[in-house]
This record gives sequence, C-alpha cells and structure tokens, in this order.
Amino acid sequence: MDQLLQHLVNALVLGGTYALLGIGLTLIFGIMNVVNFTHGALYTVGAYAMYIAAVGLGMNFFVALPVAVVAGLALGALIEFTLLRPLRGADIDTTMLVMIGAGIVLQSGALWTFGGVAKAVPSPFPDAPLQILGASVSWLRIFVFLAALTLIVSAYALINGTRLGRAMRATFQDHDTAALMGVNVSLIYTATFALGSSLAAAAGALLGPVYVVFPQMGDLAAVKAFAIVILGGLGSITGATIGGFALALAEEFGAGYVSSGYRDAMGFLIIIAVLLVKPTGLFARAERIG
Amino acid sequence: MTRLLPLALLVVLALLPLGLKDPYLLNALITTGIFTIGAMSLNLLLGYTGQLSLGHIAFFGIGAYVSALTSLGFDVGLPFGLRVTHEGWPPAAGFLLAVLISGLCGYVVGRLSFRVRGAYFVIVTISFAEVVRLVALNWIELTQGPLALTSIPFMTLGLPGLGEMTFKTKIQNYYLVLAVATLSYLLIARLVGSRFGRAMRGLKENEPLALSVGVDATRTLTIAATVSAAMAGAAGSLYAHYIRIIDPDVFLFSYTVTMVIMVVAGGKGTLIGPVIGGLIFGLLPVALRPVMAPEAQWIVYGATLIVILFVMPRGIAPALAALGLPKRAPAAPKPEPARASS
Repeated sequence: MDQLLQHLVNALVLGGTYALLGIGLTLIFGIMNVVNFTHGALYTVGAYAMYIAAVGLGMNFFVALPVAVVAGLALGALIEFTLLRPLRGADIDTTMLVMIGAGIVLQSGALWTFGGVAKAVPSPFPDAPLQILGASVSWLRIFVFLAALTLIVSAYALINGTRLGRAMRATFQDHDTAALMGVNVSLIYTATFALGSSLAAAAGALLGPVYVVFPQMGDLAAVKAFAIVILGGLGSITGATIGGFALALAEEFGAGYVSSGYRDAMGFLIIIAVLLVKPTGLFARAERIG
Repeated sequence: MTRLLPLALLVVLALLPLGLKDPYLLNALITTGIFTIGAMSLNLLLGYTGQLSLGHIAFFGIGAYVSALTSLGFDVGLPFGLRVTHEGWPPAAGFLLAVLISGLCGYVVGRLSFRVRGAYFVIVTISFAEVVRLVALNWIELTQGPLALTSIPFMTLGLPGLGEMTFKTKIQNYYLVLAVATLSYLLIARLVGSRFGRAMRGLKENEPLALSVGVDATRTLTIAATVSAAMAGAAGSLYAHYIRIIDPDVFLFSYTVTMVIMVVAGGKGTLIGPVIGGLIFGLLPVALRPVMAPEAQWIVYGATLIVILFVMPRGIAPALAALGLPKRAPAAPKPEPARASS
C-alpha cells in the first residue's frame, strides 16, 4: 500500500512536467501543422538556461526559473521567425526536416559548449523529504509539481480567456477565416511557437534540478512528448494534459511492477496500443489529419 | 544522361580500390556504402511514397542483430521454462534471415501505422526504434546488452566456380558492399518503373485520385515499407559482419538522421539521389575530421540540412539535372496521367 502511494505521488510529480511538454507540442501541431522536432532540444535548452542562470550567474533558484522560461520563449520566437516563416505553405515534411536540422544544431551546440558531462543544479529546498501517509516526497518535487500545475493553468487561461488565446483558437479552427476577420495569423504563429517552446523549456528547467542536465536529455523527452500528444489526440490541449499524467502513471507503475529497464518503453507501447484501438487519440477534437 | 551517370559512377567506384591503398579511406568508403544502401531503402519510402520513416535505423539494427545472433548462436531462457538453444549457422544464412525478419518488422509497422495518414507513421517508426533499442539494451541473455555482441564471424559465401569465400580484407568487403548496393539500386529501379511504382507515386501526388482509379493505398504502402525494411536489414547484416561488434547504440536516432539527410540532400524520389547524398555525407566526416571536433561536425550536418532544404528543396540530383537540361527544367511535379488501369 505504501508502495502504491509512493508510485502515485511520483507519477503526479512527473506527470505535471510531461503535461507541459505535451501541451507545447500539441499547440504547435494543432495551430501551425508543424511537427516540432526542436521540442526536445528546447527542453534541453531550458535545463541549460536554468543551469547557467542558477550556477553560472549565481542567481536565486526562483529567479533563474522564469529566466529559463523566457529564454525558451525568445529562442522559440527566433526559430519561428527565421526558419518557419519563410516556409509558410511548404509541405509538412519539409518543415519537419528543417526542424530536425535545427534540433541537431541546438543539441550539438549544447554538447559543444558544455561537454558531455552531466551538470547538476542545486536545490534550494531542505534535503529531508516530506512524509505523507508513508510515502516520502522531496520538497523540490513538490515545488516542481506546483510550478507545473501553475503553468498548465496559466496556459489554459491564456488560451481560453484572453484576446490572444481567442485569436489562436480561431486560427486553429480555420486560419483563412481568422485572417479575414482581422487576425494577424503570422503573429499568431510566432506567438504559438514561442509559447509552446517556453512550455518545453519550463519542463526542462523544472526537471533539470530534479535529475541532471546533459545534452541528450531532450531525445527521450521529445519522443515522450509525441507519445503524450498521440494519446491525447493531435491538437487537443486537455488531451495532452491527461496524456501527460497517464504516461507518467504508466511509466511509474510499469517500472515499479513490471521491469525498471523498460520504464521508457511504456510511452511507445501506449502509442502502439492507441493506434490499434483508437487511432485518432483518446480525446481528439479534430478528426483524422492528412 | 540519367542512364550513363549511374553506370559511370559504378565504373569509378569499381576501379577506385586499385588506386586507393589508404585503409582509413577504404574503411570510410565501406561504411559509407553500407549507409548508402540504408539511404536507398529509405528513399523507397520517403521519396516514392512520401512516408517518412524516422525509425529506419531499427530495421538496419534488427538486421545487424539477427545476422550476428544467427551466426554466433545463442541460448536463451523464455517464460514458462522454455529454452531456445541455437548453434551458429553460416553468416550467409544470417544475411537471409536478417532480410526476412527486418522485412517482417517493416510489414508489421506498416500495417499498424498506415491505418491513419499524416504524422503517425513518423511517430510510430520512432517509437518502434526506441522500443527495439531498449530490448537490445535490456535482454542481456540474448544480446549481451551494453557489453555488445563481439567476435561476429566474417561474411562467407559459397560462390559458384570460386568455392567458399571469406570476406576478411577491406578490399573484399568493399566489393561485397558495392555488389549489394548495385543489386539494391537495380531492384529499386525495377520496382519504381513497374505498375507498383506508379501506384506508389500516385499515392504520393494525389491520394484520392489514386484511390479512385483502384490503387489499394494501405497495401501499396505496406509493401513499400516491407521492401524498404528488408533492404535496410541487408545493410545491417553487412555492417555486422564487417564491423564485427554490435551494441545497442546501433539504434541511435542520429543514424536515422544521417540516412534522412543523405536522401533529402541527394534528392528524394530520384534513383541516383541517395547515392550522391550518401557519398557526400558519408565522406564529409572524413573531410571535416582534421578541421573540427565531432560535435561541431554535427552542427555543420544540421545546418547543411537546413540550407539544402531552403536552397534546393528537391535535392542535389534534381538541381544538377535542371542545370544539365535547361530546356526541360522540371517545373512543378507533373501529376501522373490519371488513366484507368487496364
């Protein structure tokens, strides 16, 4: 029973950051029809930005976190402006390959700059974990969970409650009509990509201090993000949130009760199962794509 | 010209080892050749059906592992007290099994993911490669996990008239790779020129139209995926018996990316494109090695991919063809004449 609770708590903490990754990816896909292969690299960039700010520049942990998120936002806007804007109207494969190229440049850049040795970001919280009903959770993980939850709620509020969000939803439904109604679609694309990127960077900046920061950390994160998005249905934000927590549960219980070596395989097994049972995802709004 | 160029290239490649004695360069040429076969197989999918397999290295790696395990033998316990013991077979049998099993995996992945279009095939293939890598890493009894399979025997072939031949030296392996690459090229050329090839291109250009004239989309795409995976498995088998040590790193995503870059840069959907791209990007590390660190090389790789997509979106081979034949500069891709098949 203690074991069960412990796994549940771990899954909740992990699920929050997974949901952030998934929401970012699904937003970019849903609105821009771009399969963002820089997502993993942006996650890595977020973690390294956190490392530079907190360790390199000696900033306070709670100041470094927003700095890392803003770094992701700026980098996302830059990628959209320089690489995706000129390719407007190109087919999905071309943009996908350009994103792969950009992802390679970012990841190799991180490897070149920081070397392959993993870096640690020190936690500002007391080391002694909190005990709840026999399960123990570190304060850092509790903070990560709360921060992820705050960001998820903010993303929802932004999309459902603001003028920008309404323009984004309109662009998602029909970008031609949105443009006719006076929405600056180009600007919406940049904003979407920057927002999605900042969420990926936030996930990296939050998980970096929990684990370690290394150049290839984004590879697995990217594939997991794809798994989450397929699970939730491409383009569905609620789906990505639920998908993130579902993947974390599957991994945590898979690792705990089946085999820890296959922990990272759970996401892919989920993808395969979903495609067999309900290929459009469990919570899809849009019907099948392509 | 389109017929002479591959032939001229083949003659140059066949004569190259006569003047080239540097073992480092010869080694680079052999691995380049092996990855070029992989790139050609990827081109069958990406170039002719428009489906991007981003887990293509999985089929290559499965071919390598199947071939290595077939020739080395293994002894593995299964659930319910079952035990499978296998004595080593000749490497040629490993090669055939590698082709068969990789092809079978391609069939299953194709059946699974071609139920829906769009990004799904891409994501399923990536996932498949990751699962296979994790199995290779964790099923230690079979694969030795990170300790790698070592002492894989050299490829041996019983050639008519020549007796048993063991491919030990670099020169021998070079010609073996060249022979398999040439066969793969001819097979793809034959396939693409057939009725099946027209069906593939029809699906890529205009799926509803292709469907309306009776092309079975799922079947066509699945067959293409099967042939492509089988060919990648053949390349993997050659790799295993040449390098003679295989570890789970063979499944790394960066190898798939290398093949994708070869195809896209060379010219997807052209026969010679992957060969040109394969030679350029296979030998680029040799040229860059004295100048920069491996990490920087990858930055150059990524940047080159972006630049090529911006400058020559259709790749080097079509761009060259357009230069050579200014009158018949290929404009927008011509749709296949929609003609009800007889």
